[in-house]
Amino acid sequence: MRLMLSPVRRALTRHRLSAPRSRRIAAVAAIGPLIVLTGLLWALAQVDRLPLLNPDRHGFWSLAVEPPLLVLLAGVFFHRFIALGLIRDLSGSEVD
Amino acid sequence: MFATGFLVLAACLLAQVIVGDDVWNRSAWRRYFFPGFGFVMGLAMWGVAVLASGSTIHLIAHFTWAQVMMLAGGAHLGLARGKLQHRFWRLTMPLALGVSGLAFLGHEEHGWLYSRSALVHHICGWTLVVGALFPLGAAFRPRSHFFRLGFAVTFVVLAIALFALRDSGPALGNAPSIARGDSRS
Repeated sequence: MRLMLSPVRRALTRHRLSAPRSRRIAAVAAIGPLIVLTGLLWALAQVDRLPLLNPDRHGFWSLAVEPPLLVLLAGVFFHRFIALGLIRDLSGSEVD
Repeated sequence: MFATGFLVLAACLLAQVIVGDDVWNRSAWRRYFFPGFGFVMGLAMWGVAVLASGSTIHLIAHFTWAQVMMLAGGAHLGLARGKLQHRFWRLTMPLALGVSGLAFLGHEEHGWLYSRSALVHHICGWTLVVGALFPLGAAFRPRSHFFRLGFAVTFVVLAIALFALRDSGPALGNAPSIARGDSRS
């Protein structure tokens, strides 16, 4: 997690960014963790939506597709593969 | 799975509004992601049409849906590549959303509160029909944050509605569903 967040921290601290630009970086960096948080809260609020916790009562498809976990994974995917690259490009465009 | 795809797509559209087109288009992967995703979803819809359609109206709705999604995806791939220049090609996106919404509404023969599935179909249908106004506006005012944000929020609502589709419970909480044949309701 520390490794994943370090480019965000670098982008926010090393370069003296204009306020709107730093707000944009913070907003993009917040999308993924917010989606992950939503997935976690959903999993806690509706534990019965996690067939993984009671595997004997469910078939393969229910076990393979667990909605709260999919939301969580979507957040991780977005942050890891899209947001970090965007933040690098955004901070790079300020340095240029 | 479709809901997860729409959620990632919504996050991408939201991020694109925040950072702007210049930064977003620096990466070729990002530039082609949205139209490519639309095209692949259109291809996948042919499979859904063949495997999951229970009636003629279902078949027609899904086939029409698949075609407009592929048209919009293909046109936007051409726009992203620079092969297509005319801004009217951008109208394929509101066309795809509008037709998708009408397909949702057209093949759901039951009322809003018949079942949770019927409710979700109506919500998705009207979300897409209303949501089509945002890319329509963006086709003529591409810099407008309002239209682009509305487009992103359309996909957020779609993702939430599709995630709710997996529930097999009644439409609204513990209220008796018409689907159970409760004549008192």
